[in-house]
Amino acid sequence: MTTTVAPPEVTARPAPVLHGYRFELVKLLSQWRIRLLLLACWIAPAGFVAAVSLQSTLPADTVFGRWMNETGWAGSLVVLDFSCSWALPLLTALVAGDIFAAEDRLGTWRHLLVAVRSPRRIFVAKGLASLTVLLILVAGLCASSVAGGLAAVGNRPLIGLDGHLLSTGDAAGTVLLAWACALAPTLAFAGVGLLGSVALGRSPMGLLMPALLAFVLQLAQLLPLPVAVQLALPSHAFLAWRGLFTTPAQAGPLLIGLVVSLAWAVLATALAYRLFLRRDFTDLTYDGAGRRVLVTAALPLAGLVALAVVVLAAATPAQGSGIVRGKLQDSLATAYAHLYRLQTQELHRPAVTEAQLGATASCDKGDSRVADEGPGNDWRCVVSWRLPGATAVGSAIYQLDVTADGRYVADGDGPKEVNGYFQVRTPTGDAPNPLWQFDGNVDLLASTPKD
Amino acid sequence: MQTSPAVRGRAIRKSFGDVVALDGVDLDVASGQVHGLVGPNGAGKTTLLGLLLGLAVADGGSLEILGTPVGRTLAVPDGVAGFVDGPGLYPSLTARQNLSALAALRGYDAARAGAVDDALEQVGLTDVADDRIRGFSLGMRQRLGLAAALLTTPRLLVLDEPANGLDPAGTRHVHRVITELADNGTAVVLSSHRMDELAALCTEVTLLSTGRVVFSGPVSKLAAESGELDYRLLTSDPAAARQVAQETPGLRVLPGRDRLERLDPGVLVVRGPVPALDELVVRLVRAEVAVRELAPVVTPLEAAFLALTGAGQTDEEDPR
Repeated sequence: MTTTVAPPEVTARPAPVLHGYRFELVKLLSQWRIRLLLLACWIAPAGFVAAVSLQSTLPADTVFGRWMNETGWAGSLVVLDFSCSWALPLLTALVAGDIFAAEDRLGTWRHLLVAVRSPRRIFVAKGLASLTVLLILVAGLCASSVAGGLAAVGNRPLIGLDGHLLSTGDAAGTVLLAWACALAPTLAFAGVGLLGSVALGRSPMGLLMPALLAFVLQLAQLLPLPVAVQLALPSHAFLAWRGLFTTPAQAGPLLIGLVVSLAWAVLATALAYRLFLRRDFTDLTYDGAGRRVLVTAALPLAGLVALAVVVLAAATPAQGSGIVRGKLQDSLATAYAHLYRLQTQELHRPAVTEAQLGATASCDKGDSRVADEGPGNDWRCVVSWRLPGATAVGSAIYQLDVTADGRYVADGDGPKEVNGYFQVRTPTGDAPNPLWQFDGNVDLLASTPKD
Repeated sequence: MQTSPAVRGRAIRKSFGDVVALDGVDLDVASGQVHGLVGPNGAGKTTLLGLLLGLAVADGGSLEILGTPVGRTLAVPDGVAGFVDGPGLYPSLTARQNLSALAALRGYDAARAGAVDDALEQVGLTDVADDRIRGFSLGMRQRLGLAAALLTTPRLLVLDEPANGLDPAGTRHVHRVITELADNGTAVVLSSHRMDELAALCTEVTLLSTGRVVFSGPVSKLAAESGELDYRLLTSDPAAARQVAQETPGLRVLPGRDRLERLDPGVLVVRGPVPALDELVVRLVRAEVAVRELAPVVTPLEAAFLALTGAGQTDEEDPR
C-alpha cells in the first residue's frame, strides 16, 4: 500500500494481556461444560475414593488400588493413575482443544480481533486461560481424592512399590509430587489440544486430538516397544511418576518423561502459535488448515519423537524392552523383604531387617525356549530368605504379570502360611496378608545387574 | 462538528487468491455523515468494511482513517468501532457481561462502568441486560452489537446490515441511534440491502458491483439514475384505464406482471417519465376514472440499484 500523507502510521493499542486473559477465563467459566467438569473434578474423586476405600473388593488391577483400605493416600494415587490414562487427556481436549474452535463456531473472531487488536495477545490470553482452568481441574482431582481418602481411611503410612513404608509425611509429599509430575504430560496434551483447535477450526477432530493421541499412545504402551521409544512418547511421564514410590526413586525415566513432555508442550504450542498468526481472519470460508496440518503440525511432532528416540538410544544404557531377569529378581527380592517385615509386625514376631533376611529371587520366563526378558504374564519366580538364627532357607513362589511399562503384579503361589492366602492369622484376628499379592515397578533404564 | 474526512480511500485493491474483491475503489466519508455501501452479494462490501475496521489491509491504493494512514492489519486508530458479518457475541454470557468484557478489553476503568448501562439503554435492551444472549433474537443481537460499538464512543462507526432481523420498532430505534450519532459528528458507514433503510439514513451512498464503484454520491442523485420507472396503477375501471394509458403519449402499458396481476387483476403496470404520468392522471380524471393508487413498482433507489448493477435482469436480489 502506498502512503502519501505525512502523518505517521498509527500504532495500534492492543488490549493488555491481563484483560484478555480475564475475558477468556470468563468465557470458559461461563460454559456449562466447564462448570460441570469443575464440579466433577472437585467432588467426584472424594466420593469415589471414600466409597471404594470402605469396600471389601478393591481395584487391585490399578496400581496402589490394593492398599486403598490401608491408607488414605492410596486412593489419590488410584485416581491419579486413572486420570493419567483417561481423565487428563480428556480434560485437555475439552478445555484446550476447544478454546480456539469455539470462536469459529460462534463467528466471533472478527469481534475479538477488533477488540483486542493483537492476534499474539489473543493467543497468549487463550493459552493462559486454558492452562489456568486445567490447573484448577487437576488441583481439584488431587485435593478431592486426598480429602476423600484421608476422611474415609485416615492418614496412615503408605506402602511403596518396592514394599517399603512411607511415613505419613513422606507419603503426603510424594503423592503431591506425583500429581505435580503429571502436570508435564498434561501440558503436552494441552499443547496438542491448542494445536488441534487452531489447525482444524470448527471440525470436531480438533477437539478430539488430545483424546485421540492419548488412545494411540495407550495402544503403543501395550506393545513391547524398545525402551528408547517408550521414553520418547509424551505420555511416558503419565506412568513414570510411579518411580517416586521406590527407594531409591527411579528418577531416570521420570526426568526423561518430564523433559519429553515439556518439549512436546513447547513444540505443539509454538506450532499452534505460528499457525494462528498466519491465519487470514478475513477469509469467511476458513475451516481449518486442511491438509497443511500434516506438514505444519503432524510432521514436526513426529520429528520430535524420532529425535528423542535417537538421543535416548544413544545416551541411555537400556536396550530392548528394559525388562530383564536380573532387574526383575532384584526388584522382587527387595519388595519381598520389605513386605516380609510388615507381615512380621502383623504377626507380632521378632523384628528382622532386610539385611538379615538376605532375600533373593530367581525368575524364569515361560519355558526354556523363551528368553528371560520382556513383559508377559508367564514369569515365575522363587524368593528365598533366611531368618536370623535359623538354618533352613525359606522359599516362596510368585507368578508375575509384567507389563511393558515396567509395572508388575506379584501373585503369591505358596506356601499358604507365607504368601498363598490373602489373609494371615494374627493374635488379634485375621488381617490382610501383604505378601499375598503386591505391585512392583522395574526401572526400565537401570543397568542390568548380573544374574 | 468536525469537517475533516473520517475516511479517505483511493484506488483500494484487495484480492483473495485469484478472486478480486476490490478493484480500485475510492471512498470518501465525512465526519457526521451516514454513508451507505450497497451492492449485490459478492460486490466487495464486507471486504471494504473489514478494511475500515482494520481486519485486513489493502493490497494496493491508500486508505486514511480519521486522518491517519493505515498500512497494517489491526492498526486503525482509536475511535473506530463496528462489526461485519453480524455482531460477535458470546451466547453463554449475558448482554451486560458481553459489553463489560468489551469495555475491559478496551481498557475502560470502573469510572466508565455506567457506560455499559448507557449503551444498553440507547439500544433499548435494558430490560434484558442480565439475560444470557443465547435466547436473544437476531434483532436483539444486532442491537447489542450496536451497543458494543457505542460503548467505545466511536468517531467512525462501521456497521454491516445493522437492521438485519429487526422488527419495525427495532429498526426505528436503531435508525434513531445512528442519526443521533451522526448529528454528534460520528461518521457512519453501513452496508445494507434495504433501499428504504439507505434512503432513510444515508446522505451519500457508494454502489459497488464486482469490486468496482459504479456510483458514489448523494442518495437523491442515485435515484435519478433509475431512468424510467414502472408504476402500479389501480383504478375504478381497469379496462377504461388501460385504454386511456395506451393513448397517453410517452407511456407504455407493460404486459401483466405475474405477481402483481395475481394479487389484483385490476392492476395495470405502466412505464414512462413523470410528465407522462401527470398527463395520464389528467386524462383518467377527464374520463371519470377514479385513480385509487399510482406508485412505483420498485423505489427509485431500488430501480437505480438494479439498473446500475445489472441485477434487474434476474430476480436474484430480493432485498426484503
